[in-house]
Amino acid sequence: MTNETLLSARGLSLSFGAIPALVDVDADLWPGEVLAVVGESGSGKSTLLNVLSGRLRQQDGVVWYRDPEGRLHDVHAMPQPALRALHRSDWGFVHQNPRENLRMSVSAGGNVGERLMAQGSRHYGNIREAAIDWLRQVEIDADRVDDLPRTFSGGMLQRLQIARTLVTHPRLVFMDEPTGGLDVSVQARLLDLIRSLVRRLDIAVVLVTHDLSVARLLAHRIMVMQRGRVVESGLTDQVLDDPHHAYTQLLVSSVLQA
Amino acid sequence: MNALSGYNFAYLDEQTKRMIRRAILKAVAIPGHQVPFGSREMPLPYGWGTGGIQVTAAVLGPSDVLKVIDQGADDTTNAVSIRRFFGRTAGVRTTTATAEATLIQTRHRIPETALREDQIIVYQVPQPEPLSKLEPSRAETRRMHGLAEYGLMHVKLYEDITRFGHVSISYDYPVLVNSRYLMAPSPIPAFDNPKMHMMPALQLFGAGREKRIYAVPPYTAVKSLDFDDHPFRTTRAPHACGLCGATDSYLDEVVTDDRGGRLFVCSDTDHCETRRAAGHVGAEAPTADELAAE
Amino acid sequence: MLQTRNLGKQFVLHLQGGLRIPVLEHVDLEVHAGSCVVLVGPSGAGKSTLLRSLYGNYRADGGQILVRHDGETVDIATAPPRTVVQVRARTLGYVSQFLRVVPRVPALDIVAEAARGLSPEAARARAAELLLRLNIPPRLHALPPATFSGGEQQRINLARGFIGGHPILLLDEPTASLDNANRDIVIAMIREAKAAGTAIVGIVHDTAVRDAVADRLYHVSPLQDAA
Repeated sequence: MTNETLLSARGLSLSFGAIPALVDVDADLWPGEVLAVVGESGSGKSTLLNVLSGRLRQQDGVVWYRDPEGRLHDVHAMPQPALRALHRSDWGFVHQNPRENLRMSVSAGGNVGERLMAQGSRHYGNIREAAIDWLRQVEIDADRVDDLPRTFSGGMLQRLQIARTLVTHPRLVFMDEPTGGLDVSVQARLLDLIRSLVRRLDIAVVLVTHDLSVARLLAHRIMVMQRGRVVESGLTDQVLDDPHHAYTQLLVSSVLQA
Repeated sequence: MNALSGYNFAYLDEQTKRMIRRAILKAVAIPGHQVPFGSREMPLPYGWGTGGIQVTAAVLGPSDVLKVIDQGADDTTNAVSIRRFFGRTAGVRTTTATAEATLIQTRHRIPETALREDQIIVYQVPQPEPLSKLEPSRAETRRMHGLAEYGLMHVKLYEDITRFGHVSISYDYPVLVNSRYLMAPSPIPAFDNPKMHMMPALQLFGAGREKRIYAVPPYTAVKSLDFDDHPFRTTRAPHACGLCGATDSYLDEVVTDDRGGRLFVCSDTDHCETRRAAGHVGAEAPTADELAAE
Repeated sequence: MLQTRNLGKQFVLHLQGGLRIPVLEHVDLEVHAGSCVVLVGPSGAGKSTLLRSLYGNYRADGGQILVRHDGETVDIATAPPRTVVQVRARTLGYVSQFLRVVPRVPALDIVAEAARGLSPEAARARAAELLLRLNIPPRLHALPPATFSGGEQQRINLARGFIGGHPILLLDEPTASLDNANRDIVIAMIREAKAAGTAIVGIVHDTAVRDAVADRLYHVSPLQDAA
């Protein structure tokens, strides 16, 4: 067990006008670990995800990232090219709406292969083979490799987005409500897929969700946010089964069976 | 031909030429990089070579010999008009012979005759941005050039191979200049791309409507994008020129009658004529009797 | 292997105006390798709360829960969450009363993925072996257990708890929904685990099972409500 964090945030604060989106938030993520960030909409969980991933700049605080060579980087002080390269290689981002990430006029194979080509892969056959392999891993038939995403169902689109994200073997993936907007039966399949991929590939995940059952099934640890503050954090099952903060108790009691 | 009075040499005022020359210098210094310039209204419509004509006007000197081609031909309306334009506004000597020219403005072709160090070729460019069809945001394409993020262009090639079994781009085939900038070579056939590589002549590109100038300095690497297992290949119609018999030139298909008759001839008219003058004869060349009958 | 010192636990219900419910006080429990301690006491006395606290599922408010983990002593009551995850992965196993898993996963995979230090193939082979021993027929192995009967689900849970071979095992009513035949199999499995050196803490209402496995009883008495 390594004691070196993959991602570490200290004292993150950010306000939108008079509205506090983040108030003195600390967060740590170790390799291979899934951290869920839960809370109602407006609690600041998506803002936290965007700040942690360098897509949004905080007013106060710092986010440290440790690269595969063990060097620490202040995410918000990284030059733009380096941060963009990071987002294409060691990091991934899975959006709630896969259409935001996928190229809808490019075949499934092209979508999966893009990150490889961006990294300099120049062998068509290898790229295509990797794309087919990844489609298989996310349970999409290999014979759909040349089809356009617009012929895919919502669940397939989300799985395609995941394949597109994981093809470069990132160590850290940010997920924003990955099962949101999907039918319950489709959700279960996706959850199972994410869980087994994350476990098998030893990926660290920061998972933002309002769905406590998703957090329970996927996350090792959980952070509960309310009005920009982390009100409670700890082991997922402990926080959900023995919530201490009033807001967490309210959240847990508001769910039928989390 | 005498220069018209009342115009500055080569139509544009000296201030404008200096501005364009500065843009050209910057373009030469950063091969393949698109440099914005203050494109002027020219006495011809956009799409007819307003960018090329401004670049030509900015680099043209009194001792230059100008050749203008359109799709390889010296005798099409566009080529004739531009040649006459500079003949009248600059009084420079014009020619149709590639070897005689010091400055060649072209639309959609590179002459078959290899260019030399003492020559400049000016391309007319409708769309300078090679990523324009793939990424609608210009801010984003600028960022992609700035960071050399060209994976998306390869996605386009990937899609082509997937759909057609080969890259289907037959003209304006994207190139990487000096291993750094992705560049649109203007709508020349992919057949001409290899001529750009390590060309001894200076290559200048002007896009009037899009207000961009870019350049490839002499002896610069120009690589057509491809995959290791689908290398770039040039194609030409599998025929010999009907008039001069050339088997290595780029051919135009000419419909000769309304009964399906057709003829493949060199698109580079100067090249074809030079060969015929040297005695090369194609299968379809008119015989002496036919010429006499005309 | 497992020792609590002065362990205390209370619940504070913020939604009921901060109502305080103390459940455990001054719990001193000691379990050695190869022995089984069964928690006894009336319903509502806090047996389940204690068991869940030992696992870190409930957060202890006072005292220590010392666990021998990788040759060191870890206090579950104060250890950082990441350490508890590691302790659970390698040292502390738990068989709950109810099966809570991703709905779509087949029974065999649920059990196999709880295995430790085995290749995926070996884990699946061992999982199949355990399921068969617990009388789950092969035709059910490939099905998700959501539609299984209570007894079948409990046996899946048992297989999942035992496959890891954790040095410490916590059992919450492991035989509650089982018929006699299956109950005897579970008794045998618990005895084998003890013989292999496993320290076991359990809640077992069935006196026959309790007598068959317990080395010692630990009495949990209800506290006065101090609301």
